[in-house]
Amino acid sequence: MKLITAVIKPHKWEDVREALETFGVTGMTVSEVSGYGRQKGHTEVYRGAEYDIALVPKVRIEIVTEDDDAEDVVGIIVKTAQTGRIGDGKVWVSGIETVVRVRTGDRDEAAI
Amino acid sequence: MDTGYMAWMIVATAFVLMMTTPALALFYGGMTRSKSVLNMMMMSYVSMAVVGIVFVLWGWSEGWGGDGVGNGNGKLIANPFTMWGLDGVSQINFIFVLFQLTFAVITAALISGAIADRVKLSSWIVFITLWVTLCYFPIAHNVWGGGWFYSKFPNLDYAGGTVVHINAGIAGGILALVIGKRIGFMKEPMKPHNLTLTMIGAGLLWTGWYGFNVGSMVFTDDTIKNWGDFQTQMAGEMGTTFMNTTIATMAAMLGWLLMERILHGKATSLGAASGVVAGLVAITPACGAVDLNGAIIVGALAGILCAMAVNLKYKLKLDDSLDVVGVHLVGGIVGCLLIGLVGTDTSPQGVDGFFPAGTNGLFYGGNATLLGHQAMGVLFTVVWTGVLTTLVALAIKYTIGWRVTADEELEGIDFAEHGETAYDLDGRSGGVVGSTSVLHSHKATEGASA
Repeated sequence: MKLITAVIKPHKWEDVREALETFGVTGMTVSEVSGYGRQKGHTEVYRGAEYDIALVPKVRIEIVTEDDDAEDVVGIIVKTAQTGRIGDGKVWVSGIETVVRVRTGDRDEAAI
Repeated sequence: MDTGYMAWMIVATAFVLMMTTPALALFYGGMTRSKSVLNMMMMSYVSMAVVGIVFVLWGWSEGWGGDGVGNGNGKLIANPFTMWGLDGVSQINFIFVLFQLTFAVITAALISGAIADRVKLSSWIVFITLWVTLCYFPIAHNVWGGGWFYSKFPNLDYAGGTVVHINAGIAGGILALVIGKRIGFMKEPMKPHNLTLTMIGAGLLWTGWYGFNVGSMVFTDDTIKNWGDFQTQMAGEMGTTFMNTTIATMAAMLGWLLMERILHGKATSLGAASGVVAGLVAITPACGAVDLNGAIIVGALAGILCAMAVNLKYKLKLDDSLDVVGVHLVGGIVGCLLIGLVGTDTSPQGVDGFFPAGTNGLFYGGNATLLGHQAMGVLFTVVWTGVLTTLVALAIKYTIGWRVTADEELEGIDFAEHGETAYDLDGRSGGVVGSTSVLHSHKATEGASA
């Protein structure tokens, strides 16, 4: 089993969700986060004063999948969230030892 | 001129100013999403500034074409230049100029609700300047200013059913059509972000509307010369318009809530606020032409019909974002036409001789003449403003353009157009919910105190 974590532009989240749902992903955890990558934030001018804003708002999506699906899910997220400009975000995949469904006690693949 | 009346007109004018800033700004602002509140409120605020200045430069001349109300010329359009900058208007009449100014301002501002969240402020300013010039002042001239239309079809529009509400309603519908839907319309719920603002706005609109309706009294030349007649008309007419405005609004709120309960299962606060506005809209043309029973009928029907009408946009797939068509166009038509049914010649306007000779409401023993004139008033406004608004909207679309970019719209027009967000909860312009202020501390490179 894999944990796929994607940090993407906030306005792309709805498109990504739809594409994943069409593929068959049944659930995910989503949070509003902020951070920065190589572009190092941006400057903002307000009332004539210039500010360095380090953090940029992003949406983080976390999905647990079976091993076989991971590459497809990553592909869908990358394809859907891509605008080609800086700040499109990142996706990474990590291994998971165990998953338990709280309601039933089902474990691993049965719990996804 | 009676000093009590003049004092009331100053108060009434200030009341109507309050209807645009802040009442309408709050009413609309609460209904938008949290990322576009400030832009919505700004559309009302800049209407005040832009239309107000246009009004004193050429609006008064183009609408009323003479010193004082009612000195029209029977023509389709009055000359915008003869009284440029209020040339020749006496200072005592400044009160009446300002009173009418506030109506032009709010009519333009009302349109903004149809195109929330997606329009460049610069395009909006260009639009309202052209729109009041081509649509508002001519309709006001024809219905109120003694222009061509009124001389052919004397219809009853006490405080602006045609001039204000049908006018703004049809313009809003056309703009929504030309400018197009918000990204995500009918895919995302796009719920109002803060209904407490909307409820405050609706309540302030209701209060301000007393200036709007009760201040819209017109005296004939004969009445002004005779002190006794003047006093009699003022006392009787103000009481009636005050009462009708109040009772119709109450009936409309109940009508809307009842309809909502039947159609969707719940009576909502947005429904109460919308019902209040629908009732005020419908009683606006009728408040001097109906009795108490008539006011209840006008209000209740407006509440019921507007509550049904606001669902139409989903069937038509027209993103009239904050229901300008459903409330103002439909409510205005309901009020104007119902005068033809429940208008009575025992009302203040009937007693003052404003009913076309020999006419009365159908339910009060009249024939269809009055209803016909009322329908002509609706038709005239819809056709005139419909055609000209389409031309202006298309001209802007193919020159300076209407919309902000898709990215700007999705990330929020407040930040894109104004560099601000309404709810800066984390101390940083951006509004990431749930984050701590420690994360978002930033350093200012210069001018931190600004």
